[in-house]
Amino acid sequence: MNGSQLPPLLPPSASTVSGELDLLFAYITAISVFFAVGIAVALAVLAVLYRRKPGDGPPPQIHGSTALELVWTVIPLLIVMSFFVWGTDLFFRMRTPPIEPLEIFVVGKQWMWKIQHQEGPREINELHIPVGQPIKLTMTSEDVIHSFSVPAFRVKQDVLPGRYTTMWFEATKTGTFHLFCTEYCGTEHAGMGGSIIVMEPNEYQVWLGGGGAGESLTDAGERLFGQLGCATCHGDQAGARGPSLTGVYNSEVSLAGGGSVTADESYLRESILEPATNIVAGYDAIMPTYRGQISEEGVLQLVAYIRSLGDPAAAGATGAAAAGEAGQ
Amino acid sequence: MSEQAAPRRRNRGRYEGDVPREHYLNVAYGLKSWLLTVDHKRIAILYLLSITGFFAIGGLFAAIIRMELMTPTGDLMSSEVYNRVFTLHGVVMVFFFLIPSIPAVFGNFFLPMMIGAKDLAFPRINLASWYIYTIGGIFTLAAIIAGGVDTGWTFYTPYSSTYSNSAVALTAIGVFINGFSSIFTGLNFIVSIHKMRAPGLTWMRLPLFVWAHYAASIIMILGTPVVAIAIFLIAVERLLGVGIFDPALGGDPILYQHLFWFYSHPAVYIMILPSMGVMSEVIACFSRKRIFGYAFIAASSLAIAVVGFLVWGHHMFVSGQSAYVSMVFSVLSMLVAVPSAVKVFNWLATLWRGSISFETPMLYAFGFLGLFTVGGLTGLYLGTLATDVHLHDSYFIVAHFHYIMVGGAVMGYLAAVHFWWPKMTGRMYSEFWGRLSAGLLFIGFNLTFFPQFLLGYMGMPRRYHFYPDEWQVLNVLSTAGASILGIAYLIPIIYLVYSLRYGPIAGPNPWHATGLEWTTASPPPQHNFETTPTVTEEPYDYSKAIENVAITPGAGPESPPSPAAPRS
Ligand code: HEC
Ligand SMILES: [Cu+2]
Ligand SMILES: [Cu+2]
Repeated sequence: MNGSQLPPLLPPSASTVSGELDLLFAYITAISVFFAVGIAVALAVLAVLYRRKPGDGPPPQIHGSTALELVWTVIPLLIVMSFFVWGTDLFFRMRTPPIEPLEIFVVGKQWMWKIQHQEGPREINELHIPVGQPIKLTMTSEDVIHSFSVPAFRVKQDVLPGRYTTMWFEATKTGTFHLFCTEYCGTEHAGMGGSIIVMEPNEYQVWLGGGGAGESLTDAGERLFGQLGCATCHGDQAGARGPSLTGVYNSEVSLAGGGSVTADESYLRESILEPATNIVAGYDAIMPTYRGQISEEGVLQLVAYIRSLGDPAAAGATGAAAAGEAGQ
Repeated sequence: MSEQAAPRRRNRGRYEGDVPREHYLNVAYGLKSWLLTVDHKRIAILYLLSITGFFAIGGLFAAIIRMELMTPTGDLMSSEVYNRVFTLHGVVMVFFFLIPSIPAVFGNFFLPMMIGAKDLAFPRINLASWYIYTIGGIFTLAAIIAGGVDTGWTFYTPYSSTYSNSAVALTAIGVFINGFSSIFTGLNFIVSIHKMRAPGLTWMRLPLFVWAHYAASIIMILGTPVVAIAIFLIAVERLLGVGIFDPALGGDPILYQHLFWFYSHPAVYIMILPSMGVMSEVIACFSRKRIFGYAFIAASSLAIAVVGFLVWGHHMFVSGQSAYVSMVFSVLSMLVAVPSAVKVFNWLATLWRGSISFETPMLYAFGFLGLFTVGGLTGLYLGTLATDVHLHDSYFIVAHFHYIMVGGAVMGYLAAVHFWWPKMTGRMYSEFWGRLSAGLLFIGFNLTFFPQFLLGYMGMPRRYHFYPDEWQVLNVLSTAGASILGIAYLIPIIYLVYSLRYGPIAGPNPWHATGLEWTTASPPPQHNFETTPTVTEEPYDYSKAIENVAITPGAGPESPPSPAAPRS
C-alpha cells in the first residue's frame, strides 16, 4: 500500500538556474495550452455548429481576409519572440560562469566519466561538489562525443574529443542527483551515468582531504612536465629553445604566420598535442607532438600546471611581474 | 465511353457510377507490365507497396523498443541488440517511409492528374527513382542481416565513422543511394509543375497539394545532396581511413552535424509539407468550402521551404557551438514556426460556416490538426535556447518529433490513403472500420507519446536501453498506448485489402470533390483523361450543390474548352 505512491512528475530543482528555467517552461506551457485547447475547442465548436444537415445548400464561399491573416501572423510572431528573448537571456546567463568558480576537470570515455578535482582527488561516475558555490567543468572526451547532463540542475553540455568544452552550475540543495550521458555513444550508453553528490562546504572539505589525498592537479602536472622533458626546452633561462610558459595562460600569443590567439585551455591543449598547428612567432617548429603519449587526463594536468604559472588576466593590476613570481 | 461497362460486382451503398472497362490497372497484366511501367500511377502503386513493407519493418522495431522499455532493467535483449533496433527503426522510418511516403505515392499518382497532365515530365526517371529506392532499401536490409547498425539514424561522428562495430558503411551507402530517388522525384515534380499544366491552369489555380509538393521538391533537390554526401563521407572515412570527421585523424566531428542537419531539418518539411497539402484538399472537400486564405497557405509553404534551410543549428545548442550562432538559429527557428501556425488558423477558418461531414479522411484531418498543433507548440520549447539545454536529447524530443512525424505526417498520409483510395482502386472501403481505426489511432498515439513529454522533462535521455526505476509508470503507459496504436495500423490494412474485391464501386467522384483528378473515371484510364482538360475556375469551387458536381467520367469541367491559354 505505502509503496504505491506515484513517482513525481517534475525533476528535483536544485541549481541556481533550475527555478527560472521551470518558470520559463511554465510560461511557454501556459501559452501552448491556451493555443492547443483553444484550437481543440474551436475545432469541436465549428464541427458541431456547421455539421452538414439534410437539405443544406452549398455553404457561402469565403475567400479569406487579409486583416485576419495579419492578426494571426503577428500575434504568434510576438509571442514566439517573447520566448526567444527570455530564453536567450537565460541561456547566456547559464553559459557565463561567475568569477572564481571552483574548477573541476572531466574526461568522458566509453562508458564512464573520469573526474579530477584541483586538490587531487579523482573519482569515476561520481562528482562530489559543495552546495552554494559555482562549479566550472572543463571537459573533453577520449573517444566519441558524450554529453554531461544533470537534469536536477537543468544543465547539459556535449563533451567532444579533440577539444575542451566548459559548463558551470551552482547547486542550491544538498543531496544526490542523476548524472547522465545524453549523447548516444555506443553499446553501454545507457549505463554511462552516475551521480552528483552535493555536500555542505565543510563536509566537502573533509571529503577532499579523505579522498586519497593524492598530489594536487598542478603538482601532478609539474611532475609530468619534468618527466616528459618539457623543461629542457621550456626552462625560463635565456636562450631556451622554446618560449617561456610563465604567464602564457590567457595572454595574447603572436603566431609565426601573423595574427594572434588567446592562450586558453584549448590552445594549450593543442600546443601540446598538435604543436605544428600554431607556431609561436620567433620560434622554430621543433616541438615534438605528444599525441598518443599523454592521456587526456595527463594533458589536463599539464594545462593546470601551465595555468598555475601565472595568468595575466587574473593577476590584474599587479601585472606581469606578479605573474612571473608565481612561476618561481 | 464507360457507361456500358456493366458493373459485374455488387454496387452497394450510396456511391454511383461504374468501373470503366479499361483503366490503368487492367491495360496490361503480369509482373513485367509492372516492373517496366512508366505510368506514374503504376509507379505510385509500386511505391505504395514498398513503403508499406518498410513501414511494417519500422513498426516492428518500434514494437520491440516499447516492449523492452516496459521494465527499467533492460531485460529483454542486450544493449547491442537494443541499439540496433532503435537505429533501424529510425533509419527505416525516416529514409524509407516518411520521406517518400506522400510524395512518392500520392504526389506521383495525383500531381500529374491535378495539373491535367498525362504523366510526369520524365516518366523513365520516375521509374528509375523507384528502382533506386529499392536498391537503397536492399542495402539497408542487407545491413540488418550483416549484423545491423547501431549509430542511431543520425550517424553522429566520430562514433559512426570510427568507433561503431556494426554495418555502418552498408547502411550509409543504402541511404546515400536512396537519396537520389528523392532528388529524381523532386526534379520531376518541379519540371512537371512548370511545364505541364493544363490550359487555363494558372499558378493561382493550382491545388494546394501541388503547391505543397512544389515547396517540398525544392528541399529534396537542394537538401538531399548535402546529406547524401555527408553520409557517404562517413563510409569513406570508415573504409579508407581518410580523416574527415574524427579528430584523431585530423577531422572535425561537428562539421558532420552541420552537414547532417542542414538537410535533416528541412527533411522534416519534406515529410510535413505534403501532409499539409493533403489537409487542404481534405478539409476543403468535407466542409464544402473554398479554402480560406488560399494565397497565404501557398505562400507559407514556400516560406517554410526557404526559412527551413536556415535553422539547422537548433539541433546543436549544446554541441559547443558559439552562443551567438545559437542565438541566430533560435530566432530563425521561431520565425519558421509562424507559417505553420498560419496554416492551422486558415484550416480552422475554412470550417467556419462550412457544411461539414465526418468521413474517414476528415477524421484523420481533425486528428492531424490536434496532433500537429501539439507537435508544433512543443517545438517552441526546443527553439527557445534555455529550455532546449534541459530538453535536448531527452524523451521530450522523442515525443515532439513523433507528434510531428506520426501525428502530422502519418496522419496526413492516412488521410490521403482514405481520401484517394476510391480513385486509385475504384472501390470504397468500410466507413465504419475506417472511422473506428482513425479514432483508435488518435487515442493510441496520445497514450504512447504524451507520457514521453513528461519523461523528457524529468530528464530521461533518449536512446537509453535501461533507466531509473522512478520512470517505469510512464513508460508502461507509453507501451500500452503503442499496442493500441499497433492495432490501429493493422485494421486499415485488412479493410482496405478487403475493399479491393468486395468494396462497393466508388464511381468517379464519391466525395463530390473539386479538382481535375475527380473528373476522370475511377480507376483512371491509362492516360488519365480522355481529352486534355481545360481549367476555367479557381480551385476548391464548392459553390455548387452536391448533386450538381460533375461526375461524368472522362469529362472535363462543364465549361467549353477555350483555346490554349498562355501560361502565367
Ligand atoms: C624540443 C623542444 C621542446 C620540447 C621538448 C617541448 N616544447 Fe613546447 N614548444 C617548443 C617550441 C620551440 C615552441 C614554440 C613553437 C611552437 O609553437 O611550436 C613550443 C611551444 C609550446 C607551447 C605554446 C607556448 C606559447 O607561448 O604559445 C606550449 C603550451 C608548450 N610548448 C608546451 C609544452 C609541453 C607541456 C611540453 C612537454 C610535454 C613541451 N612543450 C615540450 C619546444 C619544445
Ligand atoms: Cu556517453
Ligand atoms: Cu530541426
